[in-house]
Amino acid sequence: MRMPPMIDRRLLFNIDWILVGFVLTVSLLGILNIYSATTPYKIIGMAYYLKQFYWMLGGMSLALLFSTVDYHLLEDFSYWFYGFLLVLLLVVLIMGRRSMGATRWLHLGFFNVQPSELMKIVIIVTFAGFFNNFHSDGGLTVKDLLIPLGLLVLPVALIMKQPDLGTAVLVILIAVSITFYVGLRWTTVVTFVCITIPLAWLGWYNFLKPYQKNRILDFINPERSRLGSGYHIIQSKIAVGSGGIAGKGFVKGTQSQLRFLPEQHTDFAFSVFAEEWGFIGCLFLLLIYLSLILWGLNIARRCNDRFGALLAVGVTAMLFWHIVINVGMVIGMFPVVGVPLPFFSYGGTSMITSMVGIGLLQNISIRRFMF
Amino acid sequence: MKERRFVREVVESQSRVLLLSFCVGAVFLLLILRLWHLQILNQEDYRSMSENNRLRFVPVAASRGAILDRNGEVLVSNRPSFSLAVIPQEVKDKEELLSKLSSLLELDRAEMSARWEKSSGRAKYYPIVLASNISRDQVEMVEENRLMLPGVEIEMKPVREYSSGILAAHLLGYIGEISENELNSKGFEDFNPGDYIGKIGIERALDNELHGADGGRQLEVDARGRVLRTISETFPTVGNSVVLTIDAALQKQAERSFGEQAGAAVVMDVNSGEILAFVSNPAFDPSLFSGKLPAETWKEYLEDKRHPLENKALTGQYPPGSTFKIITALAGLQYDKINDSSSVTCAGSYSLGTSTFKCWNKRGHGVTSLKKSLRESCDVYYYQLGEKLGVDKIASVAKAFKLGEPMGVGLNNEKGGLIPTAEWKQKRFGKRWYHGETLPVAIGQGYVLMTPIQMASMIATVANEGTVFRPHLVKRIVDADGKQLKEIKPEVIGTTGFSKESYRLVKQGLFAVINEPGGTGGAARMYDVKVAGKTGTSQVVKMRDSKRGIPYQFRDHALFVAFAPFDKPEIAVAVVVEHGEHGGAAAAPIAGRILRTYFDAKKPARRGAPGSSGEEDDDLEDSSPPTVKESRINEDAAND
Repeated sequence: MRMPPMIDRRLLFNIDWILVGFVLTVSLLGILNIYSATTPYKIIGMAYYLKQFYWMLGGMSLALLFSTVDYHLLEDFSYWFYGFLLVLLLVVLIMGRRSMGATRWLHLGFFNVQPSELMKIVIIVTFAGFFNNFHSDGGLTVKDLLIPLGLLVLPVALIMKQPDLGTAVLVILIAVSITFYVGLRWTTVVTFVCITIPLAWLGWYNFLKPYQKNRILDFINPERSRLGSGYHIIQSKIAVGSGGIAGKGFVKGTQSQLRFLPEQHTDFAFSVFAEEWGFIGCLFLLLIYLSLILWGLNIARRCNDRFGALLAVGVTAMLFWHIVINVGMVIGMFPVVGVPLPFFSYGGTSMITSMVGIGLLQNISIRRFMF
Repeated sequence: MKERRFVREVVESQSRVLLLSFCVGAVFLLLILRLWHLQILNQEDYRSMSENNRLRFVPVAASRGAILDRNGEVLVSNRPSFSLAVIPQEVKDKEELLSKLSSLLELDRAEMSARWEKSSGRAKYYPIVLASNISRDQVEMVEENRLMLPGVEIEMKPVREYSSGILAAHLLGYIGEISENELNSKGFEDFNPGDYIGKIGIERALDNELHGADGGRQLEVDARGRVLRTISETFPTVGNSVVLTIDAALQKQAERSFGEQAGAAVVMDVNSGEILAFVSNPAFDPSLFSGKLPAETWKEYLEDKRHPLENKALTGQYPPGSTFKIITALAGLQYDKINDSSSVTCAGSYSLGTSTFKCWNKRGHGVTSLKKSLRESCDVYYYQLGEKLGVDKIASVAKAFKLGEPMGVGLNNEKGGLIPTAEWKQKRFGKRWYHGETLPVAIGQGYVLMTPIQMASMIATVANEGTVFRPHLVKRIVDADGKQLKEIKPEVIGTTGFSKESYRLVKQGLFAVINEPGGTGGAARMYDVKVAGKTGTSQVVKMRDSKRGIPYQFRDHALFVAFAPFDKPEIAVAVVVEHGEHGGAAAAPIAGRILRTYFDAKKPARRGAPGSSGEEDDDLEDSSPPTVKESRINEDAAND
């Protein structure tokens, strides 16, 4: 199977069209859904669905860019990226302090960056880089995990401080997923469970903001308060449930058109879709997402070098957790955390991050023959 | 060894991918099962919940802040007004409901329908206002027929009440329903159709302060519209009140002094720039604008040749005429073209090249000093001075007085007037400045334009000898409890830097205008307070010969600027009487009355409370100096 290194032109023949097909289908469905979700809005300036379309085009160009440069280069720079991003997170934190409020954005004049969002990609590269050169027979021990733990705690603490619980949780989940893929000893798992539970207690009383605690409590008992996020969960469940088998039809969902749903073009986009397209629509969308995830794992499996496989697993984990947490939240299985549905929710940041991830997957998939 | 480990790791990772794939599949299966549970097993429950989902938002309008005069007298406040609203999601048959409403309440069906359409983009539980400001009878009619009118509601909103009638209508302005244009522009994102905002005047300029924040209740109601519970509630925040620098009593007297004549007056504190009276006559009734304006009144306003809707004090731009000689005289002194002892001989006209420039007095003024030139408003004196100075030197003095640009009085749409320069003409017309064009500029004709605010500011700056204060109308912002939030301090926007001697000489001339025989402004004279000022007549069209029988709209504007007391100036007045023909005859008496009112109010209560202006009006007739006829003879006239 080994082939001599190819020139770039040949790479084009290896483009993973299955991957492109999945992403394009979800993105276009997303745009259609945003069109419906924003119909009742008073819109000033460009329509949301059009903006999303441009974000999609921009994201795809970025994905193309990320798939052309050999991903092995990333390994050499992984710690530089990591350090640079930590600095950015610190800058955002200091600027936020100055403006007396929470801020996640870095204003660069011509465009704005959300460093915590970039951290999702960088943590994948960092962990892949670390484990590529770290070998441990029979699974990782607790001692083996001290360095990666340190690598994880620093950015997560900074993101929690912003405070952005959703992103922090995602960064942790991505890192944990990669670590699981590398392999753990049973003793390691047990030790961590024993440490995490008391830590969670500590965190509950010391670090979580009242609104974050409320969200978790609301999740446990949605009837607790109809005012806040519990109310959102109920409205979202009504939207999804009333969709039935075949849905109410495009732009005909009463819950969305009457604006009972919060953030219905961003975080709750899926409930608009569920109401209007019903169980059949949801099944279709979820099966595409499932295929995308499995295909991502397949790319990892086919990859002949450890770094590439780790990278592919990381990106796939990132997409997987976004999908599961968002859909789970909308249908009342998870607490309300601001996590967008990749390629589907309105928003440029999410689109760009997800597309960069797809670019990396493409990169690995294209070069699978070129070890 | 390394190879073996690699192979083992690959095998291990292959099996781990398989394991992960199973986990992923399981999680997705859970999601799908949950969806199955919601969308198929419990479909009916959720569907009926969505159909009975009746949230209703009841807006509670914020009470708008009041507008007060400098002494705390209320000029504008609120009274309740009722409007007819409908909650679209509770209406089964829109057309039928509209028919019922229009026949029951005698309301315009087409208009209600149009309003409904306009708001159709909003949430269906949000009430749409179909008719504002309905009568109490109509309110009762709705209450009696409530069962027949599902989804119809009566909303109570505070509306503006102008406690002082038409006093200062242009200044206070009015509020009205937000227009479609405004709704679609930036800065109005938080407004909804049917909201009221300030349209002109203080109501517009200080809308942010006055508006307050609307509140509302999010209610959950059952199928019959009964309230089940309040989901959330935000209380409205009462708007802040605005305390003006205006003195209501002085304002009232100033407005009255105009009678039927059209014009503007600005009264200003020379030591702070506070505007004490701000008149544009004739005025309109601002309360008519917050409701539905009767078509005939609107037509009447539009057809009135005196333009009652125009704020003449703010947007009227007039050639300052002879009042501008103050600027030319200061320029002459400042650039050493004239002094205390220099004089010019006026023979009734002045020739430059092939053109002849006439003095208003055909017989000429003879040997004329600076003082006499101001007192008798000799034009030839200023033609010669203008020729020596050139237009740019005159303009430099005018600009030191901050003329030729809006003064930032704090109302929208303020005009800036015009001070011509050679450069300006080159830019505007692409032609060079001709020397002969400077001569009309020297006497305030030609291209020169000033607003009444600028005229008042100019004479105030002469009175205080060189400090230009920003003319302003707002003294304080206070909250609903009367606590002061913001105080507007006097702001110096410029100093002329001219010598005390120059001001002394000019002021002497201005004193003579009022107080010496031959002065053109005798009508503003008072026996107990020394007044100094300058008359002016600004030409509307070139038409000099037929004295009588000129149509109203072609008659000259009469102008007058003055300050008092002469020795220790307190206030400055500028009066423009549109088409009043002669400054000394038409404008000076009005300024005289305003000054009289101001100084009478300051006197120890000889005639009782200073507010009893009705009485003073009669007294004024007696105390007016008997110089009206005399000044008519000495009037200055327009020039070429």
